[in-house]
Amino acid sequence: MIGEHFPVLIPVSLLVGAVVSVPLGLWRGSLSRLVALLATGFSVVAAGVGLRHVLRAGEMRYSLGGWPPPIGIEYVADPLALFVVLVVTGVGFAVTVYSKRSLERESPQNHVPFNAVALLFLAGLSGMVMTGDLFNLYVFLEIASLAAYALVAAGEKRAPVAAFRYLVLGTVGASCYLLGVGFLYLATGSLNMADVRAILPLLPHYRLPFIALCLMVIGLGLKMALFPLHVWLPDAYTYASSVGSAYLAPVGTKVAAYALMRVWFGVFGPVAYALPIGAMLVVASVAGILVGSIMAMAQNDLKRMLAYSSVAQVGYIGLGIGLASPLGFIGAVLHILNHAVMKATLFLVSGALAYRFGTTSILPMDDRLRRAMPWTSAAFAVAALSMIGLPPTAGFFSKWYLALACLKAESWPLVAVIALSSLLNAVYFFRVLERMYLRKASAEEGIPGPPASNPGEAPPSMLIPILILGLGVLLIGLANAWIVEKVIKLAIPSGL
Amino acid sequence: METYGSWVPVWAVACSLAASGMILASSRRPNLREFWTLSAAGVKFALILTLVPEALAHRVAEARLFAIAPGIDLTLRADPLGVFFALVSSALWIVTSCYSVGYMRGLSEHKQTRYFACFAVCLSSTVGIAFAANLLTFVIFYEMLTIATYPLVIHKETPEAVSAGRKYLAYTLTAGVVLLVATAWTYELTGTLEFRPGGFLGSETAPAATCVWLFVLFMSGAAVKSALMPLHGWLPTAMIAPTPVSALLHAVAVVKAGVFAVIRIVGFVFGPATLSALGLQTYLACLAGLTMILASVLAFHQDNLKRRLAYSTIGHLSYIVLGAALLTPASLAGSLLHLASHATMKITLFFCAGALHVQLHKEKISELDGVARQMPWTMGAFAVASLGLAGLPPLNGFVSKWYLGLGALQAAQPLAFALFLLAGLLSAGYFLPILYRAFCRAPQPEAEPSQTPHQEGDSGHDASAWITFPLLITAALSLILGLFPNLLFHFWSLAHLVSDSILNGGSP
Amino acid sequence: MSLSEFLAGYGAYYLIIGLILIGIGGLLLKSNYFKKAISLTILQSAIILFYVMSATKRDATVPVIDAGLGAIQPEQYINPLPHTLMLTAIVVSVATSGVAIALLMLVYRRFGTLEEGELLERMR
Repeated sequence: MIGEHFPVLIPVSLLVGAVVSVPLGLWRGSLSRLVALLATGFSVVAAGVGLRHVLRAGEMRYSLGGWPPPIGIEYVADPLALFVVLVVTGVGFAVTVYSKRSLERESPQNHVPFNAVALLFLAGLSGMVMTGDLFNLYVFLEIASLAAYALVAAGEKRAPVAAFRYLVLGTVGASCYLLGVGFLYLATGSLNMADVRAILPLLPHYRLPFIALCLMVIGLGLKMALFPLHVWLPDAYTYASSVGSAYLAPVGTKVAAYALMRVWFGVFGPVAYALPIGAMLVVASVAGILVGSIMAMAQNDLKRMLAYSSVAQVGYIGLGIGLASPLGFIGAVLHILNHAVMKATLFLVSGALAYRFGTTSILPMDDRLRRAMPWTSAAFAVAALSMIGLPPTAGFFSKWYLALACLKAESWPLVAVIALSSLLNAVYFFRVLERMYLRKASAEEGIPGPPASNPGEAPPSMLIPILILGLGVLLIGLANAWIVEKVIKLAIPSGL
Repeated sequence: METYGSWVPVWAVACSLAASGMILASSRRPNLREFWTLSAAGVKFALILTLVPEALAHRVAEARLFAIAPGIDLTLRADPLGVFFALVSSALWIVTSCYSVGYMRGLSEHKQTRYFACFAVCLSSTVGIAFAANLLTFVIFYEMLTIATYPLVIHKETPEAVSAGRKYLAYTLTAGVVLLVATAWTYELTGTLEFRPGGFLGSETAPAATCVWLFVLFMSGAAVKSALMPLHGWLPTAMIAPTPVSALLHAVAVVKAGVFAVIRIVGFVFGPATLSALGLQTYLACLAGLTMILASVLAFHQDNLKRRLAYSTIGHLSYIVLGAALLTPASLAGSLLHLASHATMKITLFFCAGALHVQLHKEKISELDGVARQMPWTMGAFAVASLGLAGLPPLNGFVSKWYLGLGALQAAQPLAFALFLLAGLLSAGYFLPILYRAFCRAPQPEAEPSQTPHQEGDSGHDASAWITFPLLITAALSLILGLFPNLLFHFWSLAHLVSDSILNGGSP
Repeated sequence: MSLSEFLAGYGAYYLIIGLILIGIGGLLLKSNYFKKAISLTILQSAIILFYVMSATKRDATVPVIDAGLGAIQPEQYINPLPHTLMLTAIVVSVATSGVAIALLMLVYRRFGTLEEGELLERMR
């Protein structure tokens, strides 16, 4: 019986978890965390099992409430959707395990509502991924976004301002997307993704769908922080709490990018490839890669540096989407996975640093860090090498596919940009690595002493997710061919 | 060349990776830690030695591991060129490890665990580079080598060391990215990346202009590690590292990996036919020739011993590149032989420089008056090695120079022949003054009394056995291989096998 | 053209565009965060009105089945789907406004002002 309802299982279980955790948490504080762990754990398992099933048996479609499409809302569990959901829930589970100690330190009185909001966020994201209906996408987009605004606001002193600005820009984006859906509905008369795809080629002229596509691209671009619509991101990620940014950064923008892929490839398909929007996506992505990397070099706070780095990495995904070729698609999807794991590691490490040393500023970092937290530093080093793109870590292979895609598109400037960005990444990551490993601790300056008990490695509930994600970066790199062959290649949309 | 499946190449790469893990775990017990290093070195060398007879019999061991990208497998193949390079590096690792033990303990250096662990990973990557069967595997191990050598370069952790490390990374990471782009382009053009003797990139697969650009990209990527001018700048700066690291960088791993890359690209990616058709070998030859002479001239100006050796290395690496660019049977064989002979001779010289540093704390050539009286064995080895680099028989330097010169004449390039001769004379020119000072001058009076009370014994004799034996062994090796080039390792046969395979497109 | 003809044609959409521009203009031009929040609401309301307006049909009545009209024929009732979608959108808009106001209350409590210039000053 559960098998039939599988496609909605993950969003529903996370939603139920969110709702249940509040009263339980108000009764006994630790119960809210338990519910969160159960809900996210269940989702990961469900996603994994589902992916295996779908790879063997083909995609699953589910009609919400029994109403058949195109009238009813449909959920589609195909390999790509389950792959992205697995990434989202996997990272979500790791961060939930990690969150206990970090929340105790950073926002002790908020942890019950924080867990609920985090579950809402993950529910919204997984709903966005699994849905097959354009308006339902908007609904879950807003669920995820509202939860995200709250996650950002529960941070340091300046966080509410950053959250408000994120809210304003995010709502403008969502409204653009909604308007786009409206235009598409007016043109085609349907909201179901597969249905619209079938109807679009039959239309006499494409003015209305073109506008719709532009609006949807702008809207989703705002959510995925595509340059120049990224301005909300640095402040939001920096001022959020460690756990907040750990939830937001790895998966928030990626799911919006996935939604863009769905709309671009899945709904519009060949109709869209003829339009110059792809070229504009590429230009915006390239600008994002360069600006993000250059700005990251100038930052003195680790989280802000990682935030700008995220802008650059989203540029890679945008580049893959904009190239609209099979290799570009593979590169973009693989980078969704790789970047989620890499960024999660990096943000979890920065949270561990904040936990032990009370600050994430780069300037006072010295090798006391590495001596106190050798394993955490090692995980950071592996993730940093992956961001730079050194084999055999995962980041190298994203760049390999994207470079191949750019070469196939015979675009030399793009290849040069990919190469240059690796070197720029090396500059700002080695700045931190040098300080962590090589800079001698001196008495006057340097990181302020640990605020509480013992200086030492991060506590196990924080260390284990960091290590698993760090190891994952390496393993995903080695196994990338398997992932591409077995999962991603099946998902390449037709007509590319 | 028939191939047969075998795990030996994989074990050869993996044994030192495993050892590095054990080394990290035994940081509290130095003797156990050193045991891991030495035993891994021995095991690796033994494994590679077993591959030699097979390679000579035209049978190539291949281990196809798993797909690293769709259509490309991570494959290790022990073809003659790979076996040659792997032999050189693993044999010299054994002596370098012994030397390192003596050196690090003699100076009570810090962070020895990190040092030995990184060394092990470096050698793993080097053997991986040697055995890589396709460009992607090659690039993966090449970049691993870059990252593994970085902690060795910045070992001293002084500001100069850190900035030298930054320069090193800037050069090598850029080269790595360029290589990645070139590899991706090749894959996109030809759909394959497997090394083939005689090359697989040619006029049938790509238009001429594309081939030229690809060649430029590949060479830029390989030129950094092989210190071709003007991309040689990192090498003298990297001398800030401890001497065993410089010995490793300059004799065994990094720079030889660079010229190995050049030979692979020239012989197994592009092939002689394509290169001569496009005239690309001329450019390479010019660059190599210029580097050879310029580096040798610059060596004269260096007072720091290690820096002089660095510039000498830059010059000698260009011998190898020039030999590869000439594309004749003798020149290709000669360039490979020079890879091995320069390795043994240069490592001897660096070992001597390190011994001088440990025992007498002398780093400048101007301080070396009369040193031979204090450290006779060390300077004896120095003399043997430097004469070999100048090309004097009966050392192995002479053998490789002979073939290089022969190759230049075969290619009807008297200019190249003249350049080889000139560079040899210059080598003699910058080494002889050192020998003169050491042997013929009286020792300078000590300016101040010895300030290091913890040095055992007085400083008037050779360094400890751990240091002196390795350098004597490598000097002796240079002599023996000069007299009997094919002894033990069959270098001569392997080199000729490789040059045959390159020039005849793989058919034995 | 009379007002009703203008509105019956595409005129209503021009008004919607005007509202959207007011909303975006308010976001850009006003420096008080509360006014920005209000402009956001105006923007969202404009989009809701757009959908509702797109549902209308000539000579059609509200989408509640009227027994007096006989058998159900689609052209007699305006399209109910956009209305239902907008119910959801209104809820989203209300929730967004709620979160926005809560955030602004928090900002005011911490920094004492909602004016952009002063706020950025006090944030340093």
